[in-house]
Amino acid sequence: MGKYLVKSLLQMIPVLLLISLIVFVLVRVTGDPVALMLPESATEADRATLTRELGLDLPLYQQYGIFLANAIQGDFGTSFRYGESALPLVLERLPASFELAFAAMALAVMIAIPLGIWSAVKRNTFIDIFISGISVLGKAMPNFWMGIMLILLFSVMLGWFPVSGRGGLTHLILPAITLGVSLAAQMTRLIRSNMLEILNQDYIRTARSKGIFELFVIGKHAFRNGLIPVVTIMSLQFTSLIGGTLITETVFAWPGLGQLLVSAVNTHDMAIVQAAVFVIAIFVILMNILTDLVYRLLDPRIKYN
Amino acid sequence: MAIPTESGAGTLPVPPKKRSEARGLKKGLRQLLRSKTGMIGAVIVLIVCLIAIFAPLLATHDPNAVAPIDRLKPPVWLEGGSSDYLLGTDNLGRDIWSRIVYGSQVSLIVGIGAVLVSGAIGAVLGVTAAYYGRWVDAIIMRLADSLLAIPTILLMLVVLAVVGPGMWTLIFVIGATNWVSYARVVRGEVLSLKERDFVKSARMIGARSGRIIFRHILPNVMSSFIVLSGMNVATTIIMEASLSFLGLGITTPDVSWGGMLSDGRQYVATSWWVATFPGMAITITVLGVIFLGDWLRDVLDPRMKLKNG
Repeated sequence: MGKYLVKSLLQMIPVLLLISLIVFVLVRVTGDPVALMLPESATEADRATLTRELGLDLPLYQQYGIFLANAIQGDFGTSFRYGESALPLVLERLPASFELAFAAMALAVMIAIPLGIWSAVKRNTFIDIFISGISVLGKAMPNFWMGIMLILLFSVMLGWFPVSGRGGLTHLILPAITLGVSLAAQMTRLIRSNMLEILNQDYIRTARSKGIFELFVIGKHAFRNGLIPVVTIMSLQFTSLIGGTLITETVFAWPGLGQLLVSAVNTHDMAIVQAAVFVIAIFVILMNILTDLVYRLLDPRIKYN
Repeated sequence: MAIPTESGAGTLPVPPKKRSEARGLKKGLRQLLRSKTGMIGAVIVLIVCLIAIFAPLLATHDPNAVAPIDRLKPPVWLEGGSSDYLLGTDNLGRDIWSRIVYGSQVSLIVGIGAVLVSGAIGAVLGVTAAYYGRWVDAIIMRLADSLLAIPTILLMLVVLAVVGPGMWTLIFVIGATNWVSYARVVRGEVLSLKERDFVKSARMIGARSGRIIFRHILPNVMSSFIVLSGMNVATTIIMEASLSFLGLGITTPDVSWGGMLSDGRQYVATSWWVATFPGMAITITVLGVIFLGDWLRDVLDPRMKLKNG
């Protein structure tokens, strides 16, 4: 397993190199940073000086080399909006984003697993149709609209929760529900179809014919085998989770990385965009490796090589 | 039916004959009427299309006409509402009903446009990968895998940060990031069709690759393609609404439901209608597309076809 882990981590390097190249190219294409940084009254001499200072007069491959060398040391440039180094600004937003993402995923799993199983067990009954209906509605409803409607109902009309911002548990509930419910809508269908597959298996039929209480059939025999696809389903939702977090943070003014990134994109603060993209890319790759490991741990039939 | 060879030594197999179009249409309609959700989906999509087409007739105001004196007026059935503004006005006094009507045009254009772009890119790449195989296939599939691993909205955010917002930009950006599922499906179909007799016989007669692809392979891939497109229009509409909500999608003078939601967010405490109606419009439209797409999948899925004979 150690060898597999090392191999996976090493495979991160070419991927990160590719991402660094894409980001470098994109940033150079955005426009002239010199023009952005200088006032309109700047002279040609001022422009030339700044160009030399920023190293923009060097050949592109050299600029890329400098960019890469800086990136490895964690220097992605200075945010012109905040006047500070980009990477620390990005990293200090991470805990808030993790808090929201974790709460939402936990909620999604708590909703989707029971509903998915129940829907599968009561296939083609009113319960199944009802749950499927809610699931489709959850998919069709944009999560930012759901968030706004939740604010309207619970914050404005009922006054139970704050409208925005991060604080204690009361601040977390509405954003977590917004993000969690939309994830749950997608997961419920997947869990339902997985459970249906499992429930059709021979060993389930055998357990039932042995006269085992239905709850044990599902709980002991079906569910454990159902766990592996659930891990896969959760990992498939992962990219939706990141995208959803970005939007939910904007709706609720949640001070996470997503909110920072969106405002950086709107203000063309490319240093922050670069740093944020890198951090998210590393995170995605690490999560994929982790998911793979968990997957292999759960199913002893899978070999590490 | 088979074509005899010139020498008369044998016969060449031909591709399965397509049923006559009129019979197919009648059968399709009958199947649609039998499916409740399919019918609901079809009706919703039809209504949205009609609203988009007849927008200039249905709208009561210019969607961009600013009227500060009438800002944040409630819908007609509430106190303070006026019959001039059916669903009320927003923070700039713009009529919400008219903006929703014109917003349908943008949603449909972007939804369908982006799907056409991703379909075209996916079809070309999928056919190329499967037909030419080996390293061409490997490169394209690797690219597809890498694209799938990136959160789509993140990718779009970065690209839009560089090129700036706008409707056609959005169509192209969403289209260029969503081709993977099309490429995979098309590639799979082409790989299996490649070995079938009618393709081999077409090659033997001397038909060129391009001709084989278009005349024999693509028509057989069509149904999977249509099913995929149906599902993708729904996600594309939501993607456009999300990006417009974040301020990176549609810009004035075009009207977007997502953009309306963004405007309405700040006024949700005092004027709930500004954010509620555009969201309902998105939800109902996407629901209709999902229902219709699900029905299309049930009808066009080959396994279902075999069952029904």
